[in-house]
Amino acid sequence: MSAADPFFEREGARALGEVLDVAQMPSYAYGDRSPMWWATLGVIAIEGTVFALMAFAYFYLWSQSQSWPQGARPPKLTWGTLNTIILLASVLPNYWTKKAAERQDLRQVRIGMTICIVFAVAFIVVRGLEFGALNCRWDTSAYGSAVWTMLGLHTTHLVTDFLDTLVLAVLMFTGPLEGRRFVDVSENAVYWNFVVLAWLPIYAILYWAPRLSHA
Amino acid sequence: MTADAALLERTWADRPGFAGWLAAVDHKSIGKRFIVTAFCFFVAGGLLAALMRAQLARPDNKLVGPDLYNQLFTMHGSTMMFLFAVPVMEAMAVYLVPLMVGARAIAFPRMNAYAYWIYLFGGLMLYVAFFLKVGPDAGWFSYVPLAGPEYGVGKRSDFWAQLITFTEVSGLLVSIVIITTIFKLRAPGMTLDRLPLFVWAMLVTSFMVLFAMPSVMLASTMLIMDRLVGTQFYNPAAGGDAILWQHLFWFFGHPEVYFIFIPGLGFLSMLISTFSRRPVFGYPAMVLSLVATGFLSFGLWVHHMFATNVPELGKSFFTAMSMMIAIPSAVQIFCWLATLLTGRLNMKTPLLFALGFFFILVIGGLTGVLLGSVPLDLQVHDTYFVVAHLHYVLIGGAVFPLFGAWYYWFPKFTGRLMGERLGRWNFWLFFVGFNVAFWPMHHLGLQGMPRRVYTYSAEMGWGTLNLISTLGAFTIAASVLLFVINAVTSLRRGTPASANPWGAGTLEWATASPPPSCNFVELPVVRARDPLWDPAAEPGSPRRVQGLAEDTREVLVTTLMEARPDHRMASPAPTPWPFWSAVATAVMFVGSIFTPWAVVWGSIPIAIAVIAWFWPTRAETRKSLEREKQPALP
Amino acid sequence: MIGHALHDALDAAGPQAGHIVHLWWLTVAICTAVFAAVMAALVVALKRAPRAQAGDPPDVSSLTRAEPTLFRAVTAAVAASAVLLMVLLVASIATDRAIASLPGEGALHIEVTGHQWWWAVHYDDAQLDRVFDTANEIHVPVGRPVIVSLESADVIHSFWVPNLHGKKDLIPGHTTSISLRADKPGIYRGQCAEFCGLQHAFMAFEVVASPPAEYEAWAQAQRRPAAEPSDAQAQHGKELFMSGTCMLCHAIDGTTAGARMAPNLTHVASRRTLAAGTLENTPQNLAAWILDPQKAKPGAQMPAHPLDGSDLGALVAYLETLK
Repeated sequence: MSAADPFFEREGARALGEVLDVAQMPSYAYGDRSPMWWATLGVIAIEGTVFALMAFAYFYLWSQSQSWPQGARPPKLTWGTLNTIILLASVLPNYWTKKAAERQDLRQVRIGMTICIVFAVAFIVVRGLEFGALNCRWDTSAYGSAVWTMLGLHTTHLVTDFLDTLVLAVLMFTGPLEGRRFVDVSENAVYWNFVVLAWLPIYAILYWAPRLSHA
Repeated sequence: MTADAALLERTWADRPGFAGWLAAVDHKSIGKRFIVTAFCFFVAGGLLAALMRAQLARPDNKLVGPDLYNQLFTMHGSTMMFLFAVPVMEAMAVYLVPLMVGARAIAFPRMNAYAYWIYLFGGLMLYVAFFLKVGPDAGWFSYVPLAGPEYGVGKRSDFWAQLITFTEVSGLLVSIVIITTIFKLRAPGMTLDRLPLFVWAMLVTSFMVLFAMPSVMLASTMLIMDRLVGTQFYNPAAGGDAILWQHLFWFFGHPEVYFIFIPGLGFLSMLISTFSRRPVFGYPAMVLSLVATGFLSFGLWVHHMFATNVPELGKSFFTAMSMMIAIPSAVQIFCWLATLLTGRLNMKTPLLFALGFFFILVIGGLTGVLLGSVPLDLQVHDTYFVVAHLHYVLIGGAVFPLFGAWYYWFPKFTGRLMGERLGRWNFWLFFVGFNVAFWPMHHLGLQGMPRRVYTYSAEMGWGTLNLISTLGAFTIAASVLLFVINAVTSLRRGTPASANPWGAGTLEWATASPPPSCNFVELPVVRARDPLWDPAAEPGSPRRVQGLAEDTREVLVTTLMEARPDHRMASPAPTPWPFWSAVATAVMFVGSIFTPWAVVWGSIPIAIAVIAWFWPTRAETRKSLEREKQPALP
Repeated sequence: MIGHALHDALDAAGPQAGHIVHLWWLTVAICTAVFAAVMAALVVALKRAPRAQAGDPPDVSSLTRAEPTLFRAVTAAVAASAVLLMVLLVASIATDRAIASLPGEGALHIEVTGHQWWWAVHYDDAQLDRVFDTANEIHVPVGRPVIVSLESADVIHSFWVPNLHGKKDLIPGHTTSISLRADKPGIYRGQCAEFCGLQHAFMAFEVVASPPAEYEAWAQAQRRPAAEPSDAQAQHGKELFMSGTCMLCHAIDGTTAGARMAPNLTHVASRRTLAAGTLENTPQNLAAWILDPQKAKPGAQMPAHPLDGSDLGALVAYLETLK
């Protein structure tokens, strides 16, 4: 009995009679084939929900408030806008690194991650300046609390993703390396994209929503 | 070539000794700890309830004063919701899901271990605080401003807020673990429409957790920031709003009821199928009902807020939603009745608990429909009627199925069956005690007895019903004691169980009781919904998997929908770093109750522990490289 | 509960509670029928289905053969449930409308402010000299609509008089309102229904519904400032009140005491209860309350006043003149 069942014949798997032999299957995979990808997606779902709820809280407080931004001036545009540009620009080296990882090109991965780290340092420094230009304190009004918390939440993500990238980059230089570490690099890039994408609505809310109300 | 069971056992076993115990990553070890811990919190929460019932047994009773009473009901609610009901369902899933889907291990076993430790530390923190007389006292729902900086003095509400952080971190991580296990680690051939219904229930629950728990985490973070660093989220004097808390809390809180209830529905489908000796009638309808319940549960939260200032039109929408969610539950109940009617019944203790569900949950569900109606809710809201309702739903809908599930899977966990005679006593005492304890509360609510009162005066005329209720509560306590006795004695002297003592159809019964460390010596290939009942394999079709490593931990990853083989994946070995990461996290969380700087300095040890956890060793990498095979690159 | 105040959601004394009681009995009837039907089906299943053992082979015939009878039965049951739910939904929304449409012409306006753990009551009027304050006791004329505006001075409370209507929350930072009408004279007990701290259990009040003339007489009496005490003992009591800590929190209209932290005592002796429905209003209870409020109501915000016998007697005598 050795009629092969095509259902099970995939990338090295062989159905031999009563036995499905998987010994020749790959030992890792990229994208949605990898459990890591699903875990990353899970984390993104959780954190995306947190951001969405924070936005809800912001607008809810606004809806219950006589004036907005509750006596403060809207945040200064300069640093936030500059950071938006840096964050958006960082998508490019990030994409390039992801592709290099999926080709398992160690040299390009090292270069790509180094560039990404330079970007990360830049936007964390500018983030510091952003906090100084919010034109409000966290403890004078609920508006200020919401602004600081929203920016703080996003900053937490920037910092964690920065550390994550840093550790992976060091590993890429020092080893020990094996093929599936490239999957980690690829997933790190997916998460990075999320952190950048999540910033866009936050930027709009923090910097532009109070201006609309002011106008 | 057949698999080498001894070698597999050496490869997959957790390490011996206390150090090995701290480093354990086997989902069965973690699952058992999780279940036992959750049960201990159930008993603790129950003892708090018994003390409250003793206080309420007589009018004007002086046994417990208002300060302690407020802590008692806050601790009881918080324990039962955050430390028992949600975690115990996750715990059961951590143990059972990998076995039911035919996997060698759970996805992310280290993260799973970390989630357990975080949960344990959160629970311990709460009880240490309680014994140091700083137990939270603003209710499990912790409404502001009562729990806020102005009225919630001391550190009590901070401990509550951090309890939330601990349990939600744990719950969210377990959800990711469960979803990934179900999506990617199913045995080849276990397509999504062959998933056991309990696994479906846990899949739906885990997704709900992902979208509901962040809400309460955000709310409690805002609360602790209001208390600790002077933010003004909930302070109306500075532009904040007290109702914001209620929206965020109930956006989590109502789905939470369903992520306690839906796993219970999953247990029932398994129990009813096995003990009716037939597959459950209407599998597609059952699955759709679970999914529909999950979705609808996010549209109910405002029915906890009908007495606030929410607009009228909104209320009608939430009334309609609250009533509609009864339909998917009705579908499942009717399908189970159809299954029982056409089955052949093996009347064992697990089935008794399932039958108890029908009586209790249907009452709870009907009073739930009643509470969804705005006018009726305005009368019974925040009275003992609601106390009755929620216990009918949660005990009927979750705890009865859970006890049935414990009787059912105990032989799988331990290799021995629980005693039937004690089991029946356990069931009947619980069933009778429950109704005696909670039925009278419906009447008390209508007679105007509000919730959360530490006493009441004799002239109110509530004394007799309260006394009856207290007697019922003590009967429940006796039945739980019988359960403990039954479990402990059966552990030593119970009838040894075969692999499949109940003649069930799902994969967890295909392996020994208790299962070996690798779960399945022969990894199965699945061609049917109940693989042990209906192998349904065409001749020549594969029945088992071969070629996974035996000298190192390796699992088979399959595709999302059809579960076709996809790749082999190394599964991490035991390590104490999840434990140490959890210790570091706990230090930060508890420290942040006292100073915001704990968040900054506390992050450093966490980062170190997590890096140590992640960093691959040379030996592991060498082993991995031996087995490495690249996927086809793009 | 002191005396004969009524406290029962199913014993309606006004139109709103009445509508709710009707909806209640309709819902209970439908729910009972559904429960009976499910239990009947369960009993039939348990009686009819044969018994089996774990070793008996399972019946997997349903996997290959449809079960049309079962399918029809389950579908019919689900459809019936959906229809009954629709009935309840329509009835619920109709009741909600009926409750909300209480005609407001000629309504009496009352402002109630919740405090930990008592109720400040302010009778509003376009004519300033008709405005007055009281606490923990609300009198209303029978048959006249009453609009109660609700505010909170501290945490969230909930205003609930089961015989008249459902609940409405008092939320700091928001003003809510509830409309009531008592159609039968009587004393209806009310109670805070939202957990509000240590003495949530004893944060009660009473709604006294009386015929319009009787109500008007009461209101007229409440509008008068406190009378000057005539006898020496009461006069001494008044001096104690005005020179001690009492006036830091309490108000007595017509005197120099005007604080609003605690119940207005202008006509305290006319009330049925003390300490928000905790004690019957007798001189003995009043004296005990002044000496040590924590005994009857642990956590109450009023401090203890260890007065000697003659001072206490004088203070009580003065307060008893405030009819």
